[in-house]
Amino acid sequence: MALVLNEEQLMLRDSARDFLAESAPVSHLRALRDSGSSDAFSRELWAGMVEMGWTAILVPEEYGGLDYGFTGMGIVLEECGRTLTPSPLLGTAMTGVAALRFAGSAGQCASLLPAVAAGDHILALACDEGNPHDPGRVGTRAEESASGYLLTGTKTAVLDGHIADTFIVSARNGDGVSLFMVPADAPGVQLDRYPTLDINAAANLNFDRVELHNNSLLGSSGKGASLLDRVLDVARIGSSAEMLGIAQESFQRTLEYLKERKQFGQPIGSFQALQHRAAHLFGEIELCKSLVLKALQALDTDIEDCAELASLAKAKLSETAHLATTEAIQMHGGIGMTDDFDIGFFLKRYRILETAFGDRYFHLDRYARLRGY
Amino acid sequence: MDQMKQFRQEVRDWLETHCPESMRSPYRSEADVCWGGRNFEFQSEDQRLWLQHMASRGWTAPAWPREYGGGGLGRVEVKILKEELARIHARPPLLSFGISMLGPALLKFGSEELKQQHLPPIIRGEIRWAQGYSEPNAGSDLASLAARCEDRGDHYCLNGSKVWTSYGDKGDWMFCLVRTDFEARKHEGISFVMFDMSTPGVSTRPILLISGKSPFTETFFEDVRVEKDQVIGAVNQGWTVAKYLLTHEREMIAESGLSSAGTKPVGKTAAQLLGTENGILHNSMLRCDIARFEMDERCLELTIERARDEVKAGVSLGAVSSLFKYYGTELNKRRNELLMAIGGNDALVWEGGESHDGQLPRGWLRSKGNSIEGGTSEIQLNIVAKRILGLPG
Repeated sequence: MALVLNEEQLMLRDSARDFLAESAPVSHLRALRDSGSSDAFSRELWAGMVEMGWTAILVPEEYGGLDYGFTGMGIVLEECGRTLTPSPLLGTAMTGVAALRFAGSAGQCASLLPAVAAGDHILALACDEGNPHDPGRVGTRAEESASGYLLTGTKTAVLDGHIADTFIVSARNGDGVSLFMVPADAPGVQLDRYPTLDINAAANLNFDRVELHNNSLLGSSGKGASLLDRVLDVARIGSSAEMLGIAQESFQRTLEYLKERKQFGQPIGSFQALQHRAAHLFGEIELCKSLVLKALQALDTDIEDCAELASLAKAKLSETAHLATTEAIQMHGGIGMTDDFDIGFFLKRYRILETAFGDRYFHLDRYARLRGY
Repeated sequence: MDQMKQFRQEVRDWLETHCPESMRSPYRSEADVCWGGRNFEFQSEDQRLWLQHMASRGWTAPAWPREYGGGGLGRVEVKILKEELARIHARPPLLSFGISMLGPALLKFGSEELKQQHLPPIIRGEIRWAQGYSEPNAGSDLASLAARCEDRGDHYCLNGSKVWTSYGDKGDWMFCLVRTDFEARKHEGISFVMFDMSTPGVSTRPILLISGKSPFTETFFEDVRVEKDQVIGAVNQGWTVAKYLLTHEREMIAESGLSSAGTKPVGKTAAQLLGTENGILHNSMLRCDIARFEMDERCLELTIERARDEVKAGVSLGAVSSLFKYYGTELNKRRNELLMAIGGNDALVWEGGESHDGQLPRGWLRSKGNSIEGGTSEIQLNIVAKRILGLPG
């Protein structure tokens, strides 16, 4: 597959860019914060995204979706990264839908996917249990009961956890690790919401003998670890796409500032010390564009080295989005440190995305392991 | 699609018959490289045959037009040919500055006569070309070059010198940047000329590098006769040709260090030489550096692939070759640093059997020049900052 976007994908990108510029530029995020919204996202905007078809991009046609593929989803997430638009797209429309596509039973798909496509149902992946990210560490237990399972344990740092309708939870049962679909309103589910530095929120979860039906098992019993890996790789590639948007936009803003800000009687962008750093950063972002596109295409074609590419993308985009957002502040000088100015928001959001689903160190280690050293 | 499948099969069958067995393995040392040229001594009959077979199909320059002896292949076909060559680990039949640098400039700017004269012998590996660009006082500031080429009516007369001529002592012909207008502004008085290096007045002196090898020479011109029909592009318009050629040189340098070019992955080398425990290298610091290197290497490979696909889709590349040159060479330096770390004391041996005559330390030392030759990393960053990012000054 050629490493370029096709006509249709370019149109999707342009329409996403237009929609976000109109409905959810960075000022939308600031207004949301200043309003003190506890959801930390706008249901009205979400309805607009549904209308754009974004929640349905990955949903198969038989469940009322567009079946448009991961590359399309990634394009939208990249644009959301540019505008720092808060929404449950990554967790619900990309990661959650992927989990159902990979392993959902006909019944699970029929009951959840149309609702997700319609924007009426929010999904959240709950797999971490403390620091650091380690999906292999599963203390949560699902004991077999007469009608299904009894779920007990805790999950931490669940993104969109404060607004989710269903959690996808990893737990240990008799066969090993399995994944379960857990309704947020089930008795025994306790939710502890906390605000995050990016003006968003997340939640820690506690499960106290939560009764689950047999049909809440996602995929085969005991096969949850490898399924979780696949689902996480989708989330990793999705968050990489969002970080690509963050890196590009903060670089773009910085570049404009370099051309316009004058000191010593000339634009600061005429100084070689800054030019070389800007050129280097531009190069890093170009590398990231190729990598993210390749990783998205890999999800669509289901090629073998998806895991390798997911870890590469997460590690490299973490590194580059970090460089782009910190250089942005340094090159903006004092004004970059002020809350009045938007550039600091990019650094904050990047930090969430690097940490989620494994940071660069986690993924460099995983990549080396996958490469046999 | 079927046509391409058929082409692949045809290539595969042809290679099966025409690629000698001994040419189906990576180079063991620099001596295995076939450079061609008047005075080239083939290492083996197989090496000679391999070049001859490939040249007969024009596959030493697969994308060049058939009328000059090239392969006349489209981009997809070129890719298939490359893949099939890689599949059997075939060595390049010919390394040639004529193909990688001069040819593209000739095809774009050369007159029909010049193309007819020079392209076929390049493709057949009969003439080895040398590049006359840098001068003692014109390095990064290449356009300030001073080699003086005076009009003597029916010919030009060249005086001056060049430096950093790759394999200058082995070249048959030279393509050379010279000053033909001594009053004009520096970019506007340069011409791109070619001459036979056996012309009286041309001499070379090898430059000994820190690697202990001499891949470059100084080249001196004393009243050298240059024929008037051997100018590419218009007289005094040579800078345009020079810059175009440089973009090809940069791409060549950028790709030479990638593991897709046939070198063994660094991580694999480390695992083999240092051993692993539960599949993991013992030294976690080294392991991290290797992983970061391999990450960036893959990113560059993907970006070169994307750039090619974008060209196919009609997006222009331009100054991006500067970016590739910068990254490719910085990466190659990192690769060599890691190989030295992995090699430890074994990497310090300068001569002798097991060290392949110090291949590792010499390669490491040589790699330091990668980010200098063909335009330094700093010059590449200048180009990106000004031409792509539009930064002032």
